[in-house]
Amino acid sequence: MPEVRELYQELIVEHSKKPRNFGKLEGADHEAVGYNPLCGDKVTVHLKLEGDVVREIRWEGSGCAISTASASLMTERSKNKPRAETEALFAIFHKLVTGGTLSEEESSQLGKLAVFSGVKEFPVRVKCATLAWHTLRAALEGTKSVTTD
Amino acid sequence: MTPSGATTSTSSARPAVAVGRARAGFDAGRIREDFPVLRLTVNGKPLVYLDNAATAQKPRPVLDALRKYYETECANIHRGLHWMSEEATRDYEESREKVRQFLGAADVSEIIFVRGTTEAINLVAHSFCRPRVRAGDEILITAMEHHSNIVPWQILCEQTGAQLRVAPINDEGELLLGEFERLLTSRTRLAAVCHISNALGTVNPISEMIEMAHRRKVPVLVDGAQAAPHMPVNVRELDCDFYAFSGHKLYGPTGIGVLYGKAQWLEEMPPYQSGGDMIRSVTFEKTTYNSLPYKFEAGTPHIAGVIGLGAAVDYLNGIGLERAAAYERELLEYATERARRIPGLRIIGTAREKAGVLSFVLEGIHPHDVGTILDREGIAVRAGHHCAMPVMERFGIPATTRASFAFYNTPQEVDALVAGIERVQEVFA
Repeated sequence: MPEVRELYQELIVEHSKKPRNFGKLEGADHEAVGYNPLCGDKVTVHLKLEGDVVREIRWEGSGCAISTASASLMTERSKNKPRAETEALFAIFHKLVTGGTLSEEESSQLGKLAVFSGVKEFPVRVKCATLAWHTLRAALEGTKSVTTD
Repeated sequence: MTPSGATTSTSSARPAVAVGRARAGFDAGRIREDFPVLRLTVNGKPLVYLDNAATAQKPRPVLDALRKYYETECANIHRGLHWMSEEATRDYEESREKVRQFLGAADVSEIIFVRGTTEAINLVAHSFCRPRVRAGDEILITAMEHHSNIVPWQILCEQTGAQLRVAPINDEGELLLGEFERLLTSRTRLAAVCHISNALGTVNPISEMIEMAHRRKVPVLVDGAQAAPHMPVNVRELDCDFYAFSGHKLYGPTGIGVLYGKAQWLEEMPPYQSGGDMIRSVTFEKTTYNSLPYKFEAGTPHIAGVIGLGAAVDYLNGIGLERAAAYERELLEYATERARRIPGLRIIGTAREKAGVLSFVLEGIHPHDVGTILDREGIAVRAGHHCAMPVMERFGIPATTRASFAFYNTPQEVDALVAGIERVQEVFA
């Protein structure tokens, strides 16, 4: 029986109330809008690339606690990281929230993102957790908008 | 009273003595026994089903009717010469007569079986409006409509060059009747309005609205999806031109619904879909259509659904919709009173005339999180825009949590909801 606290871990609740890197980014060179038509959650990711490294990243939007906390932690984690590393991390994160089996090596890379482990017990909330990441990927790829459909 | 699916109340709860076992002898505890699903436990907790505006649960007689059809008289209707087909045809047409009585229609030929309210509205848009609407004409709706009573009219307007007009609502979620009247003009070809709002619970002054429209010779389609299951409806007293409802919200099967239309309109209208059963004779040169209501029932219909709907109507007649409505009203009053005492809770939809819908937002907490946490407590509510995105926009919110009641709900379940909301606030404290 998954407890509701396994989903709403303290770090998630805290980030949902005080999202980091929230707001516009002046002079952003990449951005994308992510939308979940099922629940209306919306996330816009702005970033500045320096070569292959995400130098600055901010986000805006509105949604549930899971999508807000996920966007917040995602921006924290991808700042000053090469995009290949971020893309690899998304693959691991996706596995985590959809209930895939993670190797020890993969688990060790999650860091704070491990707080989303409870999501796998709540299949309808997977898209909330991945929306920001899909949007980041779209921004990196130069796609302007993405939906979770 | 200890209804099988109800949780015990929290210490602070003071369920009104009256509700539950009821004034006028309304015994929700007894009624719950007719609904097998209400015995379920969800996540280890007794199911508290408060999503009745989305779909209602089915009483035993409805389930029995479906089983009886499939087990003892499964045949096609209106054409078989064999015994089972005769039985099925009789039950199917008896259901039509039950629905006629239920709605107070003049004749069974005015009762068209469709898939649901959505299909009924689409039928009217296609067969009634399409041939008579021209560029510059207008269709009038209200600001509290479900998407199913918005989108068919937008498509019609795109196809014909007509304009969609929307009568506004106030902050309580009540229609501005003066505005509605003002928007009825010589160009208005139809007013399509909900009887009860699914997102807000507002009960519209539908008789007055129909009178206003008729004074300007504007026909009226009433979306009765939320009303037919929760209050007595008489289409002849209302004098509406069309009335639509869905079986599954009326404690009947999914995939079946009803369009009532005045015979004079239905006679004039071309078929909506074509195929078998809706014809009288076919040659490659010419087809003559069947008479009403069959002209609008092409193909093999949802026979089991119609028979199940007939059983649902019988069941409701046994309960008495008037009494059920009074009980649901008490339940709503109790829920509203308790909800108002929760800090940070804001009720969306506070009309004076309201049906059993409690839509609300919690400060700083998204409705989807509320829905997930309540679900862990075994409480089923709806969280989202309720297929009424313009209503959400009107109130400046992305979504609400909605608890919607039926006559089998109890004050103890309201207490469970309140305790659940307190739990939500605890998680986000």
